[in-house]
This record gives sequence, C-alpha cells and structure tokens, in this order.
Amino acid sequence: MTEHIEAGAYTFAYLDEQTKRMIRRAILKGIAVPGYQVPFASREMPMPYGWGTGGVQVTAACLVPEDRLKVIDQGADDTTNAVSIRRFFQRTAGVATTEATTEATVIQTRHRIPETPLKAGQILVYQVPIPEPLRFLEPRETETRKMHELEEYGLMHVKLYEDIARHGQIATSYAYPVKVEGRYVMDPSPIPRFDNPKLSGNPAIQLFGAGREQRIYALPPWTEVVSLDFDDHPFQTSKAPHDCDLCGAQDSYLDEVITDDQGGRMFVCSDTDFCEGRRAKGHAGRLGGDQKSSKTFANSFEGIWPGTEGAR
Amino acid sequence: MYVAVKGGERAIDNAHQWLAEERRGDPAVPELTIPQIREQMALAVNRVMAEGSLYDPDLAALAIKQARGDLIEAVFLIRAYRTTLPRLAGSRPVDTGAMAVDRRISATFKDLPGGQVLGPTFDYTHRLLDFALMAEGEAPVARELPPEAPAARVPHVTSFLNRDGLIETATPSDATPPDLTREPMELPADRALRLQALTRGDEGFVLSLAYSTQRGYGRTHAFVGELRIGTVAVEVEIPELGFAVEIGEIELTECETVNQFKGSRTEPPQFTRGYGLVMGQSERKAIAMSLVDRSLRWQELGEDFTGAPAQDEEFVLMHCDNIQATGFLEHIKLPHYVDFQAELELVRRLRAEAAAMREAAE
Repeated sequence: MTEHIEAGAYTFAYLDEQTKRMIRRAILKGIAVPGYQVPFASREMPMPYGWGTGGVQVTAACLVPEDRLKVIDQGADDTTNAVSIRRFFQRTAGVATTEATTEATVIQTRHRIPETPLKAGQILVYQVPIPEPLRFLEPRETETRKMHELEEYGLMHVKLYEDIARHGQIATSYAYPVKVEGRYVMDPSPIPRFDNPKLSGNPAIQLFGAGREQRIYALPPWTEVVSLDFDDHPFQTSKAPHDCDLCGAQDSYLDEVITDDQGGRMFVCSDTDFCEGRRAKGHAGRLGGDQKSSKTFANSFEGIWPGTEGAR
Repeated sequence: MYVAVKGGERAIDNAHQWLAEERRGDPAVPELTIPQIREQMALAVNRVMAEGSLYDPDLAALAIKQARGDLIEAVFLIRAYRTTLPRLAGSRPVDTGAMAVDRRISATFKDLPGGQVLGPTFDYTHRLLDFALMAEGEAPVARELPPEAPAARVPHVTSFLNRDGLIETATPSDATPPDLTREPMELPADRALRLQALTRGDEGFVLSLAYSTQRGYGRTHAFVGELRIGTVAVEVEIPELGFAVEIGEIELTECETVNQFKGSRTEPPQFTRGYGLVMGQSERKAIAMSLVDRSLRWQELGEDFTGAPAQDEEFVLMHCDNIQATGFLEHIKLPHYVDFQAELELVRRLRAEAAAMREAAE
C-alpha cells in the first residue's frame, strides 16, 4: 500500500527543494528570534496531522545525506510511531539511522528530551501539537499573537497563581511553559516538566515544528530558558519516586508498567537507549539482574504471544 | 502490554498485511476496478476531489478503493499526493456564465433566461430502495429528446437583480487570490481565502454550520438564487504565445444565494450575496458553503456579531479541514505514557498531601 515508495520517485527527504527552502527560512527566522512562533506554509505529509508532521517537515529540511538520524517517541526508539517516522526517512532520504543518542546528528522526538546530554552539532527536533502556550487560556490566535507582541503574559501568571491557590502548587506536569531569553513565553511541547531544565543552556540546536498549526520555533545553542514560577513557589521537576527496575538509574524519567491485575507494577526508564547503555555497563535494577537489554526483556514476553516468532 | 508497544516494527508490517487482505475482502467476489468506482461512485469521487483539492477522477477513485471507501482517508491520500506536485501555472478565472449546464435551477424566479433545467438529481425521487439494482440488470437508459439549441451563455440570476440595483454589486478584481496551501493562513482572512477554505472544507462540517444559520444561530435568510452544475473550460495564459490556451474541462457546482438585508446607516436596503463553488457535482456542499460565506460577511456588511459559530471566522476556518481534524483527533491513540505518567505522579502527590492535611486536622 502506501509503504511502497519507490526510490527516486520523490526528491531527497520527500519534500521538493522549494518547500525545503521555505522551511529553512522559517527555521532561520526562528533561530534569530528564539521562542517566537514563525508561521510557515506547512505541507500535507503522507502521515496524519497530529502525528509529527511538523517535526517531519523540520527534519526533512535539516537532513543532509551524511546525517545519522534517531527518532524517539515517549523516549523510546521502537514505539510504533517512531518506527514509522524513522522508516519514512530511511525510505525517502536513505540516511543512516541509529538508536544511540551520542551517535545521532539529528534526533526527532515526541514528548521527551534524551537523558544523555546533547552535544554541539546535534539538532533536536520536537514534534509539537499545540505551539501556543496561551491557547488554553485564550482560544483565539488573533488574540494570542497580540499578547506575544505586547509581551502581555499576565494571564499565564494568573493561571499559575490559581493553581497554587487551589492545589498548593503549580499543577502543570507536562508542556510546562517557559520564558526564552527573558522575552517570549514558549510551549516546550508536551515533555514532562522533568525535562524542562535540559532546555536551557543546551549546546545542541533545538527546533520545534507544529505542522497542523503551521508554526516553527527554535532555541539556538546556549539559550537561556526559564520555567515560569514565583519567588515563593520555585519551579520543581518531578518524576515517579522510584529507581529504574531494569538499570537501577535513580535520575532518569520512568514509565510505569502494569505487570498483573493485582496492583503489580514496575518502573523502567522511558529513554530506552539510556537504559540499555547503563545495563550494558553492568548496572542492574530490581528486576534487571539477568543483564538482558530492555528490548530483549520485552521480547522475552513474545513466547507467550500467539503468532510471533520470537526475538529477531 | 509492554510487549505490544515495544514490538513496533514487526507489528506495523503485520498490521499492514492484514489491512491489505481486509481491503480486498472475499477473493471469491470480483475486485472493484477504478473505472467502476469512477463511473458508478461518481459522487464519492467528486467529494474526494473537492476536499482533496485535486481534480483527477481516476486518482480519486483509486484513493477510494485504497481507503476501503473511507472518504476522509481517501481525501487524505489525495492531499498527500498533491503535496508532491509542482505548480506549473495559474489558470484564468473560469467563466461559469459560459458553463455547459447539466442542471440549473432558480428558487427565486419561476422562469428566466437560460431556463430551469432539472438535470440528473435525487430531488423528487422517492427514497425507496430499488431492489432491481440488486439483481444487477441492464443499464437503464434515459429517454432522449430532440436536442434543443444549447444556450451559448446562461446568465446569472444575480445579474438581473444587479441591473436594478436590488443586490449588492460584486466588484470584480484581478488581484491574485491568496492560497492557503502555499502560504500559512493568517487571520483575519479576506473573502477569497475564506471561500478557498470552505470549498475544501469537510462537507459535514460546512453542512452543519449552514444548518445552524437556518435555525437561528446567525440567521441570513437565504434564497437559492441559482444553483448550476456543468462543465467549464480551464484556460491558461501562455506568456510565450501571448494568448490563453484551453487545457481541459472540469465539472463544477455553483450556488449563489440571495439574502435579505435591511440596510444600515451607510447602505440602503438591498439584497446581499452568498457564494458557493465546489469541484464536481456536489450541490449540498455548494449550497451550504454559500450560506456560511454569507454568514461570515457580517462585519463587511455592518451587521451585528451575535456570537453564532457560523459568524466566527476563526472558529470556522480553523476547524473546517477534515484532514487536520481527523489527524489531531486520532493522534490521541498514540502513546502518551510520558505525559500520563507526569499527570499520575502529580495526582498521587496531590492526593497524598490532601490526605496528610486531613489527618493533621483530625
């Protein structure tokens, strides 16, 4: 079906060169004005809006044949949508791919920043569903653009204050708003607030693409990014209060996995590359003593799964 | 479930193979051909062309076959294909006054130059299932009458009203219209951009908005001045030649509504216009579009904003595209465990704090 894209039937990385140039211009403008949402004429891609079309277009405009691409969704390389997007670029751009954060030159991500610190020269491309941090306070684009122009962010502070009045703390756990270089309030995409500190002073280029909403924005390397807070209620990160059950990491963001219907559960790193790297170095958590990689661990379940032929 | 989400690559392959098999259905039943769909599912083909913004009946038929009859999925296939096509030229404005009409009706005048032509319509059919079609009999043949000399031009009803000053003048413009497939949509939009968004918008959404204006949410008192369906020539100016060349014909449905207008401080009472133009035979959409177009013009005509959804340009334009809507709606079935985990952790913490406070109070 749509899987059979013949080599040579489309230009490198699918988009035609005019479109890539248009996107690169938007990216450059975004880098010149960090945190500002640049409108761009988003194209219809062969995957649905809301499934990473903005990130895919930004990646397509950044890729060169020498690149090594990593794609993650929820921190993992082998979630279905990450697999689908990686395959799309393997097929249309023929670039090398990797699961190792350190080896990648371009990383497209949905909802996470890798645990392994990024380096200068790397590009991190975020998929963004709703680029406007003020959207759920003011539904009209015509109004929110004006608010950004006038640096009128009082509404956001009122929202955060109301959180504190009601819950005793700021009750925003992901897509936690940030201020970029003291100017624009920006939505960091739905990353958990655990990841927010990694946005700031990062040596990599961070690009954000929202396809359906037709916006691109950017953080050039070493940009100062501050999570919004109050002096008496400073920003705090949060994660599940556990260690990874496979690699024992105490400082990585965790997925919760239900293991039975009796309340049994385990916590594992959401960043699969980070977790496997630690286990390869001999670290082990509560359930990770057999030194299998997390993927092998997962595949070991497949024996009881009808119709599968075991680990590849 | 840990397995299901980590088995990504092979799961996708297997799912797509299964899908291909399901698409084909029972192999004992002959496979549908593209010409069969194009000829016998013509209105579905028309809808896919209109909302896909690509006039190609064969590709639309292919998309319908590949999408197993899911028309929004078919529109999506066409849109994704359209992205890859180069833009070679812009055509001259099509002249619907020179349309070779199959159908042309007016609800405002009993008879008029060019005549009332009922054409191939479902109107006045009794909606009774025709079991003869199940028996797969011979193709029905319409009775042929001796051909009348076709009118060279079928003038628009609104032009008669215009001559008497009874309807607002639509000022012609040679300005290149904006194109939301090439430029990001910026609001406020002008009328041309609104019409482009509506003509490729979801038929169901535009229909419901139009219906809401009839029921009082932004009432526009529309009469169907005229509805016409037929083919028009598409001409492209060739700069090297210095004249326009006809490159083909397309079928269009055009609807012009005549709407009440009481007049304002600056304008004497006169009728106003709503306009709908859709590729293919798609009269429900064209009528609905003309009602929504008229409703969105409240500001220009000095009317009040009553808060009706169909008056709200940003609401209408940002939500009428079914490919954007379905993509974003369906994306919530993608994994969200990172965000959900963040919420879970927050709710657990808030509950623990609430419990601690309750204990302290007791």
